[in-house]
Amino acid sequence: MRGYLTTTLAFLRNTWRGLTSMRTALVLLFLLALAALPGALIPQRSLNQSEVDRYFREYPTLAPILDKLGAFEVFSSVWFASIYVLLFISLIGCLLPRCYEYYKQWRSKPVRTPRNLSRMPHHETATLDASVDEVMTAARKRLRGWRMVERDEADGSRSISAERGFLREIGNLVFHFALVGLLIGVAGGKLYGYEGQVIVLADGSEFCNSGTYNYDSFRAGLTVDGTQLSPFCVRVNDFDVKYLPTGQVESFRVDTQYQSGDDLATNTWRPYLLQVNHPLRTAGDRIYLSGNGYAPKFTVTFPDGQQRTGLVQWQPVSTQTMLSQGATKFDPPGVQDEAQRRQNQLAITGLFAPTATFDGAVLSSGFPDLLDPTVAVDVLRGDLGLDSGRGQSIFGVDQSMVDQGRLKRVARQNLRLGQEIRLDDGTTIRFDGVERWANLQISHDPFQPWVLGFAITIIFGIGTSLTIKRRRVWVRAGPSPEPDESGSARTVVEVGGLARTDQAGYGEEFTKLAADLLVTGVDHSPQSRAVAGPARERKS
Amino acid sequence: MSVNQTLSTYSDMAYATSVVIYIAAMLLYFGEFAYGRAGTVGRRRESVLVNAGRGESTATGVIGHVETPKKRPLAERLGGMAVSMTVLGALVHAASLLLRGVATGRVPWGNMYEFGSAICLAAVIAWLIVLFRQLRTERREATPAQLRGLGGFLMLPVVVLLFLSGTVLYAQAAPLQPALQSYWIVIHVTAAIISSGALLFAGVASVLYLLRSRYENNPLKLTRFGSRLPTSQALDRIAYRATVIIFPVWTFAIVAGAIWAEAAWGRFWGWDPKETCSFIAWVVYAAYLHARATAGWRGIRAAWINIFGLAVMIFNLFFINIVVAGLHSYAGL
Ligand code: HEM
Repeated sequence: MRGYLTTTLAFLRNTWRGLTSMRTALVLLFLLALAALPGALIPQRSLNQSEVDRYFREYPTLAPILDKLGAFEVFSSVWFASIYVLLFISLIGCLLPRCYEYYKQWRSKPVRTPRNLSRMPHHETATLDASVDEVMTAARKRLRGWRMVERDEADGSRSISAERGFLREIGNLVFHFALVGLLIGVAGGKLYGYEGQVIVLADGSEFCNSGTYNYDSFRAGLTVDGTQLSPFCVRVNDFDVKYLPTGQVESFRVDTQYQSGDDLATNTWRPYLLQVNHPLRTAGDRIYLSGNGYAPKFTVTFPDGQQRTGLVQWQPVSTQTMLSQGATKFDPPGVQDEAQRRQNQLAITGLFAPTATFDGAVLSSGFPDLLDPTVAVDVLRGDLGLDSGRGQSIFGVDQSMVDQGRLKRVARQNLRLGQEIRLDDGTTIRFDGVERWANLQISHDPFQPWVLGFAITIIFGIGTSLTIKRRRVWVRAGPSPEPDESGSARTVVEVGGLARTDQAGYGEEFTKLAADLLVTGVDHSPQSRAVAGPARERKS
Repeated sequence: MSVNQTLSTYSDMAYATSVVIYIAAMLLYFGEFAYGRAGTVGRRRESVLVNAGRGESTATGVIGHVETPKKRPLAERLGGMAVSMTVLGALVHAASLLLRGVATGRVPWGNMYEFGSAICLAAVIAWLIVLFRQLRTERREATPAQLRGLGGFLMLPVVVLLFLSGTVLYAQAAPLQPALQSYWIVIHVTAAIISSGALLFAGVASVLYLLRSRYENNPLKLTRFGSRLPTSQALDRIAYRATVIIFPVWTFAIVAGAIWAEAAWGRFWGWDPKETCSFIAWVVYAAYLHARATAGWRGIRAAWINIFGLAVMIFNLFFINIVVAGLHSYAGL
């Protein structure tokens, strides 16, 4: 039993040591890079479902296997998570002992001057016309700002050990800790954030963030149930798009108004010009312009003279030309009888082109702006299947109703603005106008400021760590055995230096430092310089 | 904002001219490299010591001393011309970018063509900075001739990248798309350009390090080639120092990109292919810095990691932009 326990403990200790070793960190970093690679090469569900679908069509045998491996959701897959979790465990296991070690180093004095300074990678020596005291005073002055300690040595000489660049290690620790902080911040966002999309017509329509049902699509964080969304409302008044002659968008400007906080109670609206790169930030949420499109307006005049207007967003099929497709649906007015109503529902489906061009009779669009708005529509009459309980797309009709013959095409025609179709029963459909719509994205992430803070800390940490050099310098001064002709004291001064980091460039600093140390404290006459003589330098 | 076509044409002409000058510079560098004296380690040491003994002035050959107007050997003259050509090329190249900027009234890195061009300029400038810094005696780790040996190998990828940018990726001068109309394009993209350029230089130094190491481990291998390069130690240090200086800048570029993405796309990080690939490159460079501090991984293995990092950067620049095309508006041609 005892033996079993010790082997287990030994095993655990070895595993921990292995996990927190530098080599493991290196391997895990590599694995992380490798594991992220499919995320860049294989389409990801979170980014583009239609690309994933296309991949399935193109590689019907490979795709299901990749799917099982989670290759279409790399960044939420178990194996990706296990790599970074291991890496961060290793990181923390590595950091804690290093903090302690650093603390110890910080408390202790700079190390004793090595007996043989000439063994150091940097070393210079000279005999100066000055006393040991003078030399030491000058050295202390020159080394101001260094951590230093002065010691008397056995042979009667004195020495200074000095070191500098402790901030390097602090920067390194701060950097690594900030990485942990960043990860926690990102995880917090995944737990408490949400993101939704909604299309709002630019005719003064409003969106209120009062529940998830107001959204067209909604992605909730793990702890978000949709009952506590930040309260605010946005109203989209006008949508101005400027195009270059090439069809490239020059600018989007959405004229909006919003209310949040106290404004909700007093029903005060504040203006905001929503643009790409300029989200509206209110109530802790951000509102972005994430898409746009057109909604053709149709007015239907029924045989009894009653009129209905339909204004529904159609979906762009091409962002370049803004050719759009969609379906605008109508119930016959004043019909009480369910069965009869279901035989007389109308749907106007087809294509909308902001600037019509024709390829034969086939409509397409030549330019994204509203130069010559035209629709090519099929009018369907019958049962739209809206009561079937099945959800249906707002951009199309329920194809099964068409297939079953319950929804029949009664007209097909191209309409320019203001033109109309007359159906067999006397109903007319006029293409009346076009409205733009804005796709708004609403995002909420209470941890975002934390993530930003840690990211900035990371930059400063790594900057400090990589630019500051840790280096040591030692000065030893002892009386020269041979005084000069006049009999005054001379001092042999030795300077040694060691860079504790991989970074080159210390040689230069050392050369300057040694030059100063080997002449200061004495008159700067050419003579004493000459004594200091040509510097001998050995590069590490 | 309309585009000034005349200036844009001048910009294109300057671009083509700079490519021609760079090619000339590359050939001159290679000329010196091929015909120059092979420097062995021993001889180099000697010359450094002699210089040190005579003090600073002779080493730089400026102050006080009159050098005997001995005719410099042909190879060295080629090298000198190569450096002059590089400086000239960089000036014309910079003029090309500047003219684009003036023609369009915006920063001249708004599409792939301009981006690729700017990266190459950054790489050339990184090279010139290293060259001129190393020419100062107290920093010198290799003779000027040995150092110039790097030049041709840097100009080669630069010329290839410029050629690709100017042909496959070329884009007419045009204003920016709305997503790019932000001051973050100045901050984020500039940082990305500087980092990419410097990392390109560092990667080339690592490749040469590997070649030189082969020669040093076995002087019978790559004898003519290896003996003309700076020592492996010097190359390693040049590569390391460039990477170390630029890593915080690259980190900053990614963070700035995330801040911009938060404003433009509604989230600070979304694993868009370009983001993913930048992340991978960042992790690889972090691994490089780790490798330099891990026993058994310094030297050759670390150099391979650095080269791998460069491969990811180039992959990110070309493959991701052209083939994968995510949200980044540079993408798609
Ligand atoms: C989350 C993943 C990690 C990243 C992105 C990362 C990144 C870095 C970077 C960029 C450096 C260079 C900065 C410098 O030299 O001061 C560095 C240094 C260092 N890292 Fe990490 N690191 C990670 C995880 C770890 C782990 C798990 C360990 C422990 C085994 C570790 C230990 C060290 C040490 C000891 C240094 C100093 C090396 C030196 O003296 O140059 N790191 N790290």
